[in-house]
This record gives sequence, structure tokens and C-alpha cells, in this order.
Amino acid sequence: MSSPAKGLTFTAIDSTKLNSSEIYGNTLVELGEADPRVVALTADLAKSTKIGIFQERFPERFYNMGIAEQNLFGTAAGMAESGLIPFVSTFAIFTSMRAAEQVHTDICYPRSNVKIIATHAGTSFGQAGTTHHATEDLAVMRSIAGLTVISPADGIETGKAVRAAYQIEGPVYIRINRGFDMQLYADDDYDFEIGRSIQIRDGSDLTIIATGATVYQANEAAKILEKTDGLSVRVINMHSIKPLDNDAVLKALFDTRRIITVEDHNVVGGLGSAVAEVIAESRKSCSFRRLGIQDEFSIIGLHEDLMAHHGIDTNGILEAVRETMGMEFEEDDNWEDDF
Amino acid sequence: MSLSKEDFIRLHQKGKDLRKLIVDTTFWAGSAHIGGAMSMLDMMVMLYHKYLNIDPADPEKTDRDRFVLSKGHAGVGHAAVLADLGFFDREWLKEFNLTGSNLGIHLDRNKVPGVDISTGSLGHGLSISLGLALGARRQEAGWKTWCILGDGEMNEGSVWEAAMAINHYRATNLITIVDRNRCMIDGETESIMGLDPLEDKLAAFGFDVLSIDGHDLNAIDAAFTHAVHAKERPVCIVANTVKGKSIDFMEDDYTWHYGGIDSDKVELCKSSIENYYRNILN
Repeated sequence: MSSPAKGLTFTAIDSTKLNSSEIYGNTLVELGEADPRVVALTADLAKSTKIGIFQERFPERFYNMGIAEQNLFGTAAGMAESGLIPFVSTFAIFTSMRAAEQVHTDICYPRSNVKIIATHAGTSFGQAGTTHHATEDLAVMRSIAGLTVISPADGIETGKAVRAAYQIEGPVYIRINRGFDMQLYADDDYDFEIGRSIQIRDGSDLTIIATGATVYQANEAAKILEKTDGLSVRVINMHSIKPLDNDAVLKALFDTRRIITVEDHNVVGGLGSAVAEVIAESRKSCSFRRLGIQDEFSIIGLHEDLMAHHGIDTNGILEAVRETMGMEFEEDDNWEDDF
Repeated sequence: MSLSKEDFIRLHQKGKDLRKLIVDTTFWAGSAHIGGAMSMLDMMVMLYHKYLNIDPADPEKTDRDRFVLSKGHAGVGHAAVLADLGFFDREWLKEFNLTGSNLGIHLDRNKVPGVDISTGSLGHGLSISLGLALGARRQEAGWKTWCILGDGEMNEGSVWEAAMAINHYRATNLITIVDRNRCMIDGETESIMGLDPLEDKLAAFGFDVLSIDGHDLNAIDAAFTHAVHAKERPVCIVANTVKGKSIDFMEDDYTWHYGGIDSDKVELCKSSIENYYRNILN
């Protein structure tokens, strides 16, 4: 996709040249122009997280707290209590691990209006290795009561997610990647609503529920499977991890009875677990598989190589779909009851 | 400058009443963090009865001064002060710690009128206070933020992250108070994890440090007056206190960090409190 993105939100943002973080930075500037309550904080990662774009525009509303993440999130909590709307950005690993208690106790427990935009999520900081990968953040964050958790598919969706986060009252966690993600959306001419997934393509044989950068990979896999295998594969962009779009999961369960989840995250606790919870409580059987980091520490390499290594790129998803289609599952005579 | 005689008597009388109310609440609750509530009480009295701009009828008024009890376990002391002022019904104190009560060991700002920040996990309050102070400055609001820390909690690294940032941003509209009672759960602070020379450490971080007797109302008043007029450097008051102050069998005994008292002990506590104030006021 080579043409600049056009749309209500991104008239000034060329998503072919900007990565998700840069679009976040630009979106934050737009919010800052419109609302003087918007302030931005980071912990010596203004450049890396692109929150520095806001710093250039509003230096007096930008706070660099140094390499001290606990204080970063505690300070943001206090700012929110004073009436400001703090946007806080550091890497997802430090947000979800180093400062997890501040996020939990200082921000979420009092339901403070803090927006956390965590970058370098999943294995996207490839060569930095496990110390800088965040493969548990969804598990940590979605288990905190009252916290909205969003995992946008690309830069366009990052802009939409940041705006949506601003529009609701209360704490929000958005995880985005480090560098350029493959662009899923050509423009921003689609409805983005927290808690409502987006069906990228319809299908009747199997459903892939993906989040973040893996949505693009899943969609590519589905296209190939249609051409080469004659398979009809539904692809769902589950951008909201919490609240999860339970209805979309149940509909996929009913329509296709085969579901594969894909995430750049440990399969324990993230999207796959969230979808599994819905399926398990539906009292319906399903052929189900979780793709992601298989409960191990990540390795070093380019992000695309790591996605391939962990089987969450197009090829890995293709393979998993074919395997799943070859599996038998127990028939249920009363399958259509209760839907 | 000293307090007026009238203020001196008024504030001590209030302190006596509140100490007894904390004893009663500890009895009703079954047990509570009575030692640390007593050590900080004279600062609480001075704040809530002389310095803070607050209104019990309008607990959320936007220009109120903010108070953060970073040593959140001393909530029993904070609750007594707020109930006495009428932020909520005093009867609530009789349900302290009970299942379903609005009042537990650590006060929840979403449940207790007058509480600005929910605290409990140590090492968090000073960062939140800094956020409040920077928020006030950004919005050109004149209100101040006061934060009381326990000395044991100064073991937490996050306190020093906050100390660094308070001085980096010269947040003079934040007043930090350390309740230096020298006790923590497992023993004396200097035996568990030494803090001394605490004043020197705080000064090295950039604070204008005042080390005072935390039970001398004149000293507290003078320190608070100095702090509210600070322009150059943020003030940190190290209030040297006694855990369990005014209750003779608890004083300076770290095992009274948390404890229960039966009805016999309630009377012993109250008579000790009476004696303590008789000596001061006579």
C-alpha cells in the first residue's frame, strides 16, 4: 500500500512513512492542541517511544522522569488526581513488570484517568532480547480490574485507539510495537470501538482471531489458504483484549467450530487465554489452538524472524490452519441448542 | 514564633480527644496500627486543625489542599481525624475493619470522604504527591500537597526516585514529612535497615531539611510555616517521634506496630493519655 492514508483522523499523517509510535506521537499532539489537560510523561524514552513529538510541541506539558518507572507511574497517578490527563509512555516490559504495582494500585485501584501507551511490545524489540521483550504484559494488564487493554493492529489503528482512550474516562493500556508494522488498513475510514472486534474477512471453515501485528499476518495467510487450499477462513482483529468481544468469539465458535488465536505474547494469559475462557464457558466444543510464544523466553533476532520462529507469521499461521483442518473433533448432537 | 496560648491549648485538647478516639477505634476494630497512628498524630492535628484548606461539607472542592498518607497503614489515625471533623459519620469508626465496612486498615479514597489518595503499599505516596504538586503548578492552582511518610518505608527505592524528581522539578508546593519513629515491624529501623544519617541523605537529594521534635506543637507549627513559604527548595520535615506516643506501655516499643487492645487495656490507654496531656497542659 503506497498511497498516503486519508481519513478524518489522519489527514496529516502519512502512515506509509510513519510507524505506529510516530502516529501515536502525532495523535497525542492533536489531542494536546485541543485539550490543555493533556500532558505527557516518560522515563528517558522520549525519543524511542515518540512521545517526544509532543515534547517538541508542548515542552511545558512534558515531563521526563528519568530512568525511574515506579515514580513515573506514581507521578502520573497524582497528576490525574489533580485534573490533568496524563499520557505515559515507556517500554511495555517496564510498564507491566517494573511498575506493575504502581499501575495496579496507584492508577487502576482509584480508577485514575491515566492513559498508558506502552511501546516495544511483544518481541518487536527483536535484537534487544528477552530483557526488552514484553510477552506477559497482556496477561498482567488484563487481570487488573477496570483497566481497558488495547492492542492495535497497525499505525492507523494506533491513532484510533489513542483517540478512543482519550474519549473514555479511566485507565487505559495500549501496547504498540517498536518499528514499522505491516499496514493492515489503507485508511482510517472504519469504525473503531473499544470492546468491538473487527472482522477483516469472513469465512466458514475456521476463524483466526488475532491481535496486534499478527492480524496482518493472519489476513495474508487466509488469502493464501483461499487460493491454494480452497479454505474459507474468517479473520478477526481483536484489538480490545479487555473488554473482549465475547459475541464475536461465540459467533465464530458457532459458525466455524475451529478457532486459532494469534498473538505476539505468551500463550499463557493473553489473547489465547481470553478467547479460551469464553469458549470454555460456552458449554460448546471447539477445535482450538493458541499461537504465540509457547511459554518460553524469547530469542534474539529481527522481529520478523522472531515471528517466524514462534510460528506467528504468515507461514506459521498457514501451517497451523492446515493442521487444525486435518483434526477431527467430537460431534455434538445438540450443537445448535442455546445459541 | 510560638503558638498562641489559645491555639496551644486548643490543639492539645484536640490531640487528646483524637488519641482517645484512636484507642476506641482500635478496640472496635479488634486491632489496628495504633503505634504509628500515635506517632504521627501531632502533625495530623496541626495539619487538619490549622494548615489544610479543607471543607468537610465539600470534600472534593477543587482548591482544597491535598493530603497523602504514604504510610497508609496508619489509616486508623487518619480515619479518626476525618470522622471527628465530620467528613463522615463517626459511627463508621465502630465498623472499622468489619466485613463490608467503608473503613479498613488502608483507607480507600473511593469509599472514605476526605481521603484524597488510596494508599497502603509503601513507597508509593511520595510519587503520587509529586504528581499532585506538578498538576497544581501546571494548572496554576495555589493549593498545596502534604505527604506523611513512615521512616521504615524509606527503605523503598521508589521513595528516593520521587525524592530525586521532587528536587529536579523544585516542587516547593509539596511538603514532605517523615514520621521518624525509628520502628518498623521487625524491629528498630537502624537494626533492620539503617537510615541514618537520614537528614544528610535527604539534604543531599536537595531538600531543605528541618529536623524537629514531632510531638512539640510549637516546633511543628514553626516547621510548617517555614514549609508553606518555601520558594527555592522543597522542604522535608524529619519529625522525630515516638511510636505509641502518650500510651506509656506502648511508647517506643516496635511490637506495637500493630496490635489489639481489650476493654481493660482501653482504660489503661485512656488514663495514660490523660496523664500525658495533664503534664503538657498544666
